[in-house]
Amino acid sequence: MAKAPIPILAERARQIMVSGDPGAAMDCNKDSLAGAVSQRACVFCGSRVVLYPIADALHLVHGPIGCAVYTWDIRGALSSGPELHRLSFSTDLAERDVIFGGEKKLYRSLIELIDRHQPKAAFVYATCIVGLIGDDLAAICRQVAKERGIPVLPVQSEGFKGNKRAGYQAACKAMFQLVGTGDPAGISPHSINILGDFNLAGETWLIRDYFARMGVEVVANITGDGRVDAIRRCHGAALNVVQCSGATMELARMMEERYGVPSIRVSYFGIEDMSDALYRVAAFFGEPAMLARTRELVRTETAALLPELEHYRQALAGKKAAIYVGGAFKAFSLVKAFRLLGMQVVLVGSQTGTAEDYAELAAITDPGTIIVDDANPLELSGFLAARGADIFVGGVKERPIAYKLGVAFCDHNHERKECLAGFAGMRNFAREVYASIMSPVWRLVPRQETAEAAVASEEVR
Amino acid sequence: MATMAVKTGAAVSTTNACKLCAPLGAALAFRGIEATVPFLHGSQGCATYMRRYIISHFNEPIDIASSALGEKQAVFGGGPNLMQGLANVIRKYRPRLIGVATTCLTETIGDDVPRLLKDFAREQGDDSELPLLVPVSTPSYVGTHMEGFHAATRAVVAALAEPGPRHGGVNLLPGLVSPADLRHLTEIFREMETKVTILPDFAATLDGPALAHYPLIPAGGTPLAAIRRSGSAAASLELGRTLAGKDTAGGLLQQACGIPCLRLGLPIGIHETDRFLAELTRISGRPVPARIKEERGRLVDAYVDGHKYVFGKRAVVYGEEDLVVGLAAFLAEIGVQPVLCASGGTSGQLAQAVAAATADLTREAPVVREGVDFFEIEELAAALEPDLLVGHSKGYSLARRRRIPLIRVGFPIHDRLGGQRILHLGYRGAQALFDTVANALIAAKQDGSPVGYSYM
Ligand code: SF4
Repeated sequence: MAKAPIPILAERARQIMVSGDPGAAMDCNKDSLAGAVSQRACVFCGSRVVLYPIADALHLVHGPIGCAVYTWDIRGALSSGPELHRLSFSTDLAERDVIFGGEKKLYRSLIELIDRHQPKAAFVYATCIVGLIGDDLAAICRQVAKERGIPVLPVQSEGFKGNKRAGYQAACKAMFQLVGTGDPAGISPHSINILGDFNLAGETWLIRDYFARMGVEVVANITGDGRVDAIRRCHGAALNVVQCSGATMELARMMEERYGVPSIRVSYFGIEDMSDALYRVAAFFGEPAMLARTRELVRTETAALLPELEHYRQALAGKKAAIYVGGAFKAFSLVKAFRLLGMQVVLVGSQTGTAEDYAELAAITDPGTIIVDDANPLELSGFLAARGADIFVGGVKERPIAYKLGVAFCDHNHERKECLAGFAGMRNFAREVYASIMSPVWRLVPRQETAEAAVASEEVR
Repeated sequence: MATMAVKTGAAVSTTNACKLCAPLGAALAFRGIEATVPFLHGSQGCATYMRRYIISHFNEPIDIASSALGEKQAVFGGGPNLMQGLANVIRKYRPRLIGVATTCLTETIGDDVPRLLKDFAREQGDDSELPLLVPVSTPSYVGTHMEGFHAATRAVVAALAEPGPRHGGVNLLPGLVSPADLRHLTEIFREMETKVTILPDFAATLDGPALAHYPLIPAGGTPLAAIRRSGSAAASLELGRTLAGKDTAGGLLQQACGIPCLRLGLPIGIHETDRFLAELTRISGRPVPARIKEERGRLVDAYVDGHKYVFGKRAVVYGEEDLVVGLAAFLAEIGVQPVLCASGGTSGQLAQAVAAATADLTREAPVVREGVDFFEIEELAAALEPDLLVGHSKGYSLARRRRIPLIRVGFPIHDRLGGQRILHLGYRGAQALFDTVANALIAAKQDGSPVGYSYM
């Protein structure tokens, strides 16, 4: 197959490295390059995705309609009760609001929506324009909180003030104002908060079930299937269990500082990391009976899972995978999961990884694996073709790149409808990878025809 | 019939908007121009969000560049980032045109984009490879994505069209229709043996074939040379009944180059398609070919076969204003009563346009609302007791709550496959819509019946 040159802008050269290259180091965590067609979003996006699953809160986006409408119900974040989070509220600023200031409209919108929906709390998101016209979000929130008797929390998420990571921090800051305002009485000493899972396709429920089986009480899910009252008393938990994404790390840090709640970082993806997460929680409480229950849980689950995985492994062994996801921790787990399926990872990248994250990726991938920070369609498509990937794991923006080129795809982003966490999730993941790679449709795509033509012409020669 | 002013409900806040923002419309229009890269002058987020949004409908890649402004630029001006962004896009994509749309951020900090683009071109010297740089002002707090769409189309014409001796071709400005519609329009003109320039035309760029390589810019789009010649066409046909008085590409061509501009409704349903074809015949002097007439005959036959299943049913129609007008016309002519015509747009012309397109076909004047969101649509729907919804995916939750079918049309369709392949226009589009509507109603009756009968 003819290799198309991979167009890489000089300014981005240091955001791409190859595993195993001596002295390889990543120049990351910087603003996206103008004109590079980055896959990244904005600060507002970061905040919105973190807070979105708090289902009994009102989420009001203060800005023109776009920011609100593009995030309307975009996550699969499921709720076991209220569904207020699935509505898209906006002040829908118009020209005159931008000229004369949007504070009045914000105030009236808040009052109107709170009266209409009776939420437990309200989050008010600042978008780009709010940062410019200088509306005093905090003051309006304070006033409405006083008038309506619920927490009204400004989220300082002006889109241009950094990247998604800054949005995570803004979200954590907003949530931290809730923490400590509820009564922690009656919480078990064996208790945790689940941080950084968003209950896409019911994943938080699955994880909660594992912890219940171990005898651990979950005080608050932050934020999957989240509730305001649970977050208010979550400082009463003994431990914060923070899932990889980095989205809620800041909240854990602040809780440790103010309330002395320690935290551990885990991943629920893949057998290895899932088991490790449960064992580390058990080890934290150091209770023999709990440890025994945990062992039993892991044993039962893996015993059921492994034979089925073997079936997929036989078909998938030797296939090549490419990964481009939002957070780097998710990428670690995916690398391991593909290895478990006997597959080889040829490309791995993230939108928001740190230098340590990339060093870790370099350490756990095979030599020759391309590692990339903040990529764009031309780079990604170039790498997919150059490395002959059989499947690409990413989100909605990556999907058409893979499909256009005739490469299988697995959705591992906010919009997925398949549960990919835990032991059940590993089964679903294997099934999905298998279902996509083994589909006979790939025999029909031009990439395949080109490859076959190349083989045929070799033979002729 | 009473004309409705903007937003009649008392609500200040917006819940589940029935519109999108102007820069998104501009990006869509630019995607329909040959060898063009859409470029948003603003923060990175907007471009990424819009890409994601557009992908969810078309299932196609769409590269939208951004000047990726940060805090510093928001304070000191976005010029340098814009320049750097343009240079990078040129180096990587080698486009022939870059469509630069502003956003809320850059409009508010007051960047003078036309001037910046001129500066940029000057700095590049007489580089013959320099693409055309076309600015368009699309503050996201003014209008909807339709305003952005039309403004970008107009901006391209303003930059390219050249007056000259008349050729016999027609400019067709179809507005935001589907790639399938664009293909069908091309076909109709071919059969009418009339030269046409469709602008914009994303039939191929947003619904392309599987490829062996990722294209820098997908093939297709309105050729730049054809846009140049649009200034010397015989006439412009601009589709949309709510465009009167607006500053559109058709209007500009009329003003600047003296090309007569005819405004017609989107040809949805038989009546509006008849009007469209009659106009075409008038311009081109060619009769409607037998094959198209046959299609019309079969369609009438189908209408007759199915009329009882649809007659008297009550529909809520929502979406872009011009699409709503066309759909209302279609529904009215098959005997479905459009009880509510709603849009997030605020042209001030929706009520008149709906009335003009449906007046002699319906017995009850539809309620028409501009500038509404789904909160208001739902409130109104409760009293109107509709049997079906006609509009894009955003009406799904309402349809689900009311347990009535949703006929998916327009943009965005992101809960079904094939949004880009939905045909709305011409007799063939009407045929597809009619079968879908009639079958949805038949299915609803069948599913709701205790008998589960197996004949209609
Ligand atoms: S306007 Fe700003 S906050 Fe809104 S989507 Fe765009 S970048 Fe994000």
